[in-house]
Order: sequence, then structure tokens, then C-alpha cells
Amino acid sequence: MAEVREERVVAAVPETPFGERSRLVEGVRAYGLIVAMWLRSTMAYRASFVMTAVGNFVATGFDFVTIMLMFAHVDVLGGFTLQEVALLYGASATAFGLSDLVLGSMDRLGRRVRDGTLDTLLVRPVPVLAQVAADRFALRRLGRITQGLLVLGYALLALDIAWTPLKVVMLPLMVLSGAAIFGAVFVVGAAFQFYAQDASEVQNAFTYGGTTLLQYPPSVFAKDLVRGVTFVVPLAFVSWLPALYVLGRDYPLDLPRWVAFLPPLVAVGCWVIAGLAWRTGLRAYRSTGS
Amino acid sequence: MDDMDFIELDGVEKVFDVRRRTGFMRRERREVRAVDGISFRVPRGEMVGYIGPNGAGKSTTIKMLTGILTPSGGRLRVAGIDPSRERTKLAHRIGVVFGQRTTLWWDLPLRDSYRLMHRMYRIPDSRFRENLDRCVELLDLGPLLEVPVRQLSLGQRMRGDIAAALLHDPEVLYLDEPTIGLDVVSKAKVRGFLRDLNAERSTTVLLTTHDLTDIEQLCKRVMVIDHGRLVYDGALAGLHEVGESERTLVVDLERELPPIELGSEPSVRVVKVEGPRQWLAFPAAASAAPLVARIAADYPLVDLSVREPDIESVIARMYVSDSAH
Repeated sequence: MAEVREERVVAAVPETPFGERSRLVEGVRAYGLIVAMWLRSTMAYRASFVMTAVGNFVATGFDFVTIMLMFAHVDVLGGFTLQEVALLYGASATAFGLSDLVLGSMDRLGRRVRDGTLDTLLVRPVPVLAQVAADRFALRRLGRITQGLLVLGYALLALDIAWTPLKVVMLPLMVLSGAAIFGAVFVVGAAFQFYAQDASEVQNAFTYGGTTLLQYPPSVFAKDLVRGVTFVVPLAFVSWLPALYVLGRDYPLDLPRWVAFLPPLVAVGCWVIAGLAWRTGLRAYRSTGS
Repeated sequence: MDDMDFIELDGVEKVFDVRRRTGFMRRERREVRAVDGISFRVPRGEMVGYIGPNGAGKSTTIKMLTGILTPSGGRLRVAGIDPSRERTKLAHRIGVVFGQRTTLWWDLPLRDSYRLMHRMYRIPDSRFRENLDRCVELLDLGPLLEVPVRQLSLGQRMRGDIAAALLHDPEVLYLDEPTIGLDVVSKAKVRGFLRDLNAERSTTVLLTTHDLTDIEQLCKRVMVIDHGRLVYDGALAGLHEVGESERTLVVDLERELPPIELGSEPSVRVVKVEGPRQWLAFPAAASAAPLVARIAADYPLVDLSVREPDIESVIARMYVSDSAH
């Protein structure tokens, strides 16, 4: 009896309360733990995983098939060739695919709020955001990334680009910052689901809708829409501006050349906003319980 | 904090702002005091029943004690920790079982959930194995470990959830309706396990329930909440006295007869007659035996049964008598 209690003290003494930085570390660790569990479970059914991943690849690849069909009738779209559109498409699809892989499960938050299962995440000793993001981690989403990378590869091979070191650096920067910007949109969307449980539909308009928009050159859209995705929801920084820089083409809205280098900063800004939105949403949930 | 004030509530309140749509674009705001100034202490190692009708504020209290909800007012401490401020720190020291929803990962085998808890709570390996083995043995989880949670029956899942809540050696265990929907065998198993846990490890247990038998078999102390206020805190036996509750004797006579009359027993009255069957209410504290003997002597008795007062009616009476003063 005495022995039991003594041991318990050892087991139950929690780590020092986390500060901001270790909260992040804790969150990433928890995310990794949960994802690893889902991966193990996915890999237990390998055939099923291969089939769903291929399905995801084909389904998302249809978007590019549509574009190719369009180019069977026209030579240029909004002043862009098929190869140039392929670069826009590949960059946006890869960036979106990455964030969808990492954070795509967040649109289930609304359901959790509605049926009350969010409470079960709040009694665990790890950040809720990490638990929500890692929930049902779906490796099949690699399908979207794969087709995005293939189209991107095709564009880079087919295009005759005057490469400079800056342009070379721009490519990975574009994809990673783009993924981060989309990721922030996922988190903001999730934060709204604390208030309106069906907000995931609105979020989908910006994420899935946003990536479709970015697959076409900005010149085919109305100016106001382009303004909106540049200054309000800064999706233009995901692929349009950096890709246009690589292509050496003019920017929409007469933006200066250097804006192509802003995506990392835009991504940081978006995440600051996303973090605040998440925190506000969670606080509201904890004071209203719904 | 000392061991006598392991759980401490002082005038804790939770007020919800309920908005209701009353017309196009028109909304009505209403304040709902789900928990309206509750104070109590629970010493370490005590097992307490927390009961009350639906919507009385039981779950809201549990949610504040676990740090899920932030109180609107008052002071609340569990093991010296303010739950809403240090929710993740507290999480290492508490175990929570929600009867209605699982904390396990629905699509994964039970074992995977436990493995994840092991890492998430940073439970030392030997401690984890020991606790898991013990739970597996006492809760009969052996054959279930490889089964995905969604395929478990309610009783199996509940046992799985209880084990999950105990792997990290919590000092306090909150159970929100742990026997709801369980069959008799599962209920008995769960109760036996909780009793042993409390006896051997002196884990503090706070449980909400609709089932008075849970309380009778597990808790010496019971707290009753109604309309967000604590209306009773004491022994279960006292609850019946305070609530002036009544038991019901159902008798089947040989034939239809006028209501039974027992002149010398003013506290016994017939509440319902249906053909040859009659319902008699008598004080819960009184013994049924002399009553049965008297009826058998004067009336052609065929069959009988005694019904215990249900918790809802005990509390309803208590609330009525409480507001009468």
C-alpha cells in the first residue's frame, strides 16, 4: 500500500508547466505520436491504403486533365500556355496537398463540437490543436501531392526558363510557404467551427476552392477577385506571385517585382492570425461549452 | 492544499448566455445559471456520489473540475491546481470517464489507444505495464485488446474507457454516468472494480449517476444538486429522511376490492387502484414486513412487491420541501 503510493508520486508528477515555446514542442510531439499511430494502423491494411492513395491521385489529377482538355481547343488561356499553367497548377496543388496532408483533418472539429467529443481532447495533457490536426491522419492524401509534383516536374522540364539562383531558391520557398499559408487558412477555418459548426463548408471554399482558383492564371479572373485573394485572403502569395516571377511574367494589379519574395513573411503573418483565432475560439468554447 | 481539501469549491458559478432566435434577425438573450454558487470539499481518498435530475448542473460541474469549462465565478481547486488555468498540468493527475462518449480512438484497436496514452502521458514503462495488466485482468479486457473500439459493446467500451482513465495513476477519477446503459453483469463488474480501486489505491472518486444502486454500493457520501445548487450533502440514508421519500408496496389481491384500509397506520395510504392490484405508499424508513403481515391478515393477498423510490422523485420531494421553508 505504502509502496504503491510512493510509486504513484513518481508517475504522476507532471513536467514543468509549459511556457509558449515548450507548448509548441509539446504540440509537435503529440502530433507526431498520434500520426505515428494512424500510420501504423493504415499500414496494417496496405492494399486498402494503396487503393485509396491511387484513388486520391486520380481524383485530384482530373483537375489537370480538365485543363489539358481545355488546351486541346485553345493555345493560350489568359495569355498563358499549357506549360505555364502547369507550373501554376503544380505549385498550388503541391502546396495545398502538403497542408491538406498535415492539417486536412481539422474540418472535423465542427462535428466534435456538436457531438461533444471535443471534451475528451480537453482532458488530455497535450495541446488540443495538435490532437485535432492529427486526428485520423490520412496518408492517402499523398496522392494529391504526387500528382501536383508530377505536373510541376512536367512544367519545369517543358518550360524554357532563364534560370537564376534566385529563381531556383524560389521554387521550394514557394511550395513550403504556400503550404504554410493554406495551413493557416485551415486553422482559421477550424477556429470558426467553434462558433458555427458548419463553418467547414466556408473553410472548404477557401482551401479546396482556393487551390482550384490558383490553378488558373490570374489574368482570367476579374480584378476584384484577384485583389481579394491578394490583400484579404492572401492566397495569391501561395503560387501566383512567385510562379509569375519564375516565369518572368507581369504581376496582376501592377504589383512591384519584390512581392514574389514575400510569401514566407505572409505565411508567418497568417499563422500569427491563425494562432490568435484558434485561441479565441477555444476560449469561447471553454466558456460556453458549445 | 492538505488531504482534507483535495477538491475544493467555494461559491463556484457557471452562467451561460443562451441566445434564442425569436424571429427573423431577432434574438432573445437569456442567462442560464447552470451552476449557481456551489461549495464543497472532498478529502483525498473519498468516494462521492454527485446526483441530480437532468440539467441540474452535474456535467457542468464535472467539466469545470476537469478544466474543460472556465467557471464564471467562485474559486475551484483540484489537488491545489486551478483546473481552467492549468488544464494540461491537471490532466496528468486526473482520470475522466464520460459514460456517453469514449475517450478512446474509435477506429483503432483498444491496445493502440492504450499505447498512445502511454506516450502521451509519459507513463514510465514498468508502471504502464503494471497498470495495464491489472486493468486487463480485473476488467476482463484480454480478449478485447485487438478489437477496434467501434466494435465493442457498450459495457466492453465502458470497461475499456475506465482502464484508459487509470493508466497514468490519476489521484482523482471523475465518472460521468459510468453505468448508463450497461447490463446487470457489467454494472456489477464496474462497481466492484471501482470499490477495489478506491480501497487499494485510495483514489478519490467523484461519480455522477442516475442509478441509486451505484451510490448505495459505492459511496458513503452523496451530494445532490438541483437547479445549479447543492441541496443535500451527507450520507445516503439521510437523503431519504430529508426527502421524506416513500416506498411503494404493490399488492395483488384475489379480486377487486375497495381501497385497503389500515386504520392504525396513518402514514400508509393507497395511491392507486387498478382492478385487483393496489399501490400503497409508506415511509421509506419504515419496514415493509409488519405492513405486509397486516394486509395478509385482513385481505386475500395473492402477490406483492416493494418498489424503492427512484432518485428523481426523492430529489423532486427534497426540492419541494426545501423551497417550502
